[in-house]
Amino acid sequence: MRASPPTPHDGDAPSVPGARHGGAPGVPGGVPGGSAVQARGWGWRHATRSSWAVEGLDLCIEPGERVLLLGASGAGKSTLMHALAGVLGGDEEGESAGELSVDGAAPESARGRVGLVLQDPDSQVVLARVGDDVAFGCENLGVPRDEIWTRVADALDAVGLDLPLRHPTSELSGGQKQRLALAGVLAMRPGLLLLDEPTANLDPGGVVEVRDAVERVLERTGATLVVVEHRVEVWWKLVDRVVVLAPGGGVLADGTPDEVLAREGAALAASGVWVPGHTPEPPVRRRHGAIEHVRTDGLAVARREGAVLHSGIDLRVRSGRCLAITGPNGAGKSTTGLTIAGLIRPAAGEVVAAGLAGALGTAPASWKSRELVSRIGTVFQDPEHQFVAATVREELAVGARAIGLDEAETAARIGGLLDRLRLRHLANANPFTLSGGEKRRLSVATVLVTRPALLVLDEPTFGQDARTWRELVAFLAELLDSGSSIVMVTHDADLVAALADEEFRMGPPA
Amino acid sequence: MSVLTPEAGPQAIYRVNPVAKLGATAIISIALVLSIDWVSASVALACEAVLFLFAGLSPRRFLLRTLPVSAAALFGALTIVLYGRPSGTTYFEFLLINVSDGSIELAIATFLRVLAIGLPAVVLFVTVDPTDLADGLAQVLRLPSRFVLGALGGMRLIGLFIEDWKSLELARRARGIADRGRLRRFAGQAFALLVLSIRRGSKLATAMEARGFGAPGPRSWARQSRFGGREAVLLLIGAAVAALAVTASVATGNWNFIVGG
Repeated sequence: MRASPPTPHDGDAPSVPGARHGGAPGVPGGVPGGSAVQARGWGWRHATRSSWAVEGLDLCIEPGERVLLLGASGAGKSTLMHALAGVLGGDEEGESAGELSVDGAAPESARGRVGLVLQDPDSQVVLARVGDDVAFGCENLGVPRDEIWTRVADALDAVGLDLPLRHPTSELSGGQKQRLALAGVLAMRPGLLLLDEPTANLDPGGVVEVRDAVERVLERTGATLVVVEHRVEVWWKLVDRVVVLAPGGGVLADGTPDEVLAREGAALAASGVWVPGHTPEPPVRRRHGAIEHVRTDGLAVARREGAVLHSGIDLRVRSGRCLAITGPNGAGKSTTGLTIAGLIRPAAGEVVAAGLAGALGTAPASWKSRELVSRIGTVFQDPEHQFVAATVREELAVGARAIGLDEAETAARIGGLLDRLRLRHLANANPFTLSGGEKRRLSVATVLVTRPALLVLDEPTFGQDARTWRELVAFLAELLDSGSSIVMVTHDADLVAALADEEFRMGPPA
Repeated sequence: MSVLTPEAGPQAIYRVNPVAKLGATAIISIALVLSIDWVSASVALACEAVLFLFAGLSPRRFLLRTLPVSAAALFGALTIVLYGRPSGTTYFEFLLINVSDGSIELAIATFLRVLAIGLPAVVLFVTVDPTDLADGLAQVLRLPSRFVLGALGGMRLIGLFIEDWKSLELARRARGIADRGRLRRFAGQAFALLVLSIRRGSKLATAMEARGFGAPGPRSWARQSRFGGREAVLLLIGAAVAALAVTASVATGNWNFIVGG
């Protein structure tokens, strides 16, 4: 019965069948503190792969240390994090070598001693209400009911989520969801906190929220921290040690942040890590005369009928120019982008694409799908949403077929894009099996086959490492120089600085 | 998704354990599927009509929520009027269609029966909070918690799947393939959704496991699922409705066991 939020003193006797009393699990001796991590010649090979994801790792992390774990894509960072959290799976999932321990015990047996927060905010919420979700971990550990609700209150307080316990988790922002996930592991009173790219999918406000929450938590609990993140400046001040994993196995560099930066900064930046002081150079652009491709007159946008997110939008999209649409989550940025792209009908006002329409009507939403692709190309935030074929090559051929290109021309265009976007070696791979950076490059390539004059990009750099970022920026700059126009919806201030000629800032949702 | 977090109203029915609602519905249903006469169904329906006043629903919400059941009942009855086993006077005949005394009586009985079984099920479950139901299933009925909580966690993903589906649809238009081949596109889109949902599901499973889900040792429950007086009363009401319906039907000689009937 939950007519009112349960509290430790609402009269519910803690008569839980089978609950263990005395000595809360996850807190030996009842005192939270930092865990020690020890790896000796440790390695792991996924059952489906022939090579080892991690090999010959020797690493010792003292209680209370705050470690930033770096390494090129494929160096095994996530594998190590999952192993430390005890969720790598058993023998059927893969093969391990050497030893890995948390507080001297195998990680699988130390459930609750280790808390893991992952990248995707949506996939970590378990239950429908804030209080219940935080309590979930405690329940699994068999913590008595009264103590659960004390811990829930403490954890929510520590991460700064000041919400009713019955608040629906579906109504949280990305930053709030990540703080909820943090509170959920915190309530288990872990000695080791593992954060696997916890801010990669967040807007700048969300990043700060999560970083501050982690800092507060560490000060209160003294827990050991291991964090993986491409954008290292977020954690640079918070950590006292940086460990760089080598792609072939073992440790490439290990020391204080400044030592590692001095020794390995350039190499790290080249391998895709966002290193402070190694900000990529903005591309040099040739800005020639601009002609109008699209304009919006008093445009109002809505995702669902009747739910207008923003109105009175007057924008101009011109050849050779990049328009950035920025603003907080929920302001209607993506919806605006998709409306300009002719995928969603305007709720009011007009999108006038006279500069692209040719013989067609000027409203992109009235064009047929195959008429749209040769005029406006849209790259979705999640590349997987737009993949429709079984191989990379077929994926690129889809658009060409839609507009009726002959085979020779199709092959020529696909060949050019495969080379330009470094996808040649993956031509026969399934798009869903590519890495994050490869998927992004492919999703851009697929819309370029039909040579649309306007490119609409939704968060093109979300979760991308520095190397993909640099390639993408250089490539988009080339397109602009060749006379294309770009509308990009983004949180990424660096991207705006590098490419945008105009910025349209949308306010918070009304 | 609001289905997962319904607002609790002030009425007593919101505070009744969902397991009791499940039980009361089951008692009435079992009693009513044993026979197919119009007396038992109409007695049950009459009792229920009175009870619906305490169901915690506004008339508008009641009509909206029960519309599918009413439609199904009407459609079922219509089919039986036209094609039911003929007996007595025949009023109309055309090809396989045969409207007779027998088919009309059977149709009325079916119509009332579908309503008598369907309406209380819908009405009782409108006021169920899925989290409470899961708590009840695991704590009162002692169903395996892994199964119950896995299903509960999975339900939350449904809202995300709907979003995914919308994005997939827009993306197909953006790729130039939304003009033709609707059926093939639908199949492709469904497959893409399957891939995405498996991925989301496995991520959720990892997150749950990382929070000790499936750990050895006993689990505790943050919310106690209580089964007391209120629940007993609802079960008794269900039993009383069932008993009244069966008694009236047997007393008037209308009861006919469906088995072997």
